[in-house]
Amino acid sequence: MIDWEHFTPWSSLTGGLLIGAAAAILLLFNGRIAGISGILGGLLRPMAGDIGWRMALVLGLVGAPLVYGLAAPPPSVHVDADMTTLVVAGLLVGVGTRYGSGCTSGHGVCGLSRLSPRSMAATAAFMIAGFVTVFIARHLFG
Amino acid sequence: MQVLMALLSGLVFGVGLIISGMTDPSKVIGFLDLAGKWDPSLAFVMGGAILVGVFAYRFATTRSQAILGGSMQLPTNRRIDRRLVLGALAFGAGWGLAGYCPGPVLASLATGGSKPLIFTMAMLAGMVIFEIQDRFAQPSEEKTA
Repeated sequence: MIDWEHFTPWSSLTGGLLIGAAAAILLLFNGRIAGISGILGGLLRPMAGDIGWRMALVLGLVGAPLVYGLAAPPPSVHVDADMTTLVVAGLLVGVGTRYGSGCTSGHGVCGLSRLSPRSMAATAAFMIAGFVTVFIARHLFG
Repeated sequence: MQVLMALLSGLVFGVGLIISGMTDPSKVIGFLDLAGKWDPSLAFVMGGAILVGVFAYRFATTRSQAILGGSMQLPTNRRIDRRLVLGALAFGAGWGLAGYCPGPVLASLATGGSKPLIFTMAMLAGMVIFEIQDRFAQPSEEKTA
């Protein structure tokens, strides 16, 4: 059953095009993959001459809602997770993206754009894990 | 200049995440909830991003150097190993639990209050755990992304 009430094809497509444009900027100008977990992880393994661009990209991401706020009021968001869930989920995302060498951006967007078999496998794995986790949390225990 | 372009990329990326709905965990979970009322919006996010990405990578492969100089640093590892799959499964479980992944949670920090902050701290702790474990593990050549 489709949730028509929350379905936002146009804004989601527009946002997606911008995400693709951001990845294209980083790739073509800097020669780098826009994988957020990898960019963050690299800051924890600092190498000379490799820190500035990573910090700048993170700063851009963190500052984005402020820039967006100049043009429009921030969209309303809902976080259902409680504190314990946030900590467990954050740990899983931190450890998992580093072992798996990427997240939704690095594998899901950049990797699939390159038709990388490794990224296709990783994307399939994290999507399936996401579907199963939500099924368990919402329908078995919810 | 590379720092400026990275800043611009991060800003455009973050604004894209906000417009797309990715910074709203309940929307992300609505997409992952196949058995409930399913919101397919996030498939459009991925579709839009890949649509641009495919052209960018096509173009990138025709160049030996980035526009600002330096080599194109594209991943070369093609092995699908246990590390990749188990890592991705753990990431997916965390993503499904909270509805946050690394990009959107960073783009939520400035306006989202304590919840994205707690998730980010835990995520960074997870990354530090990986760094420590990885340094003690036997050196291997298969660590490149």
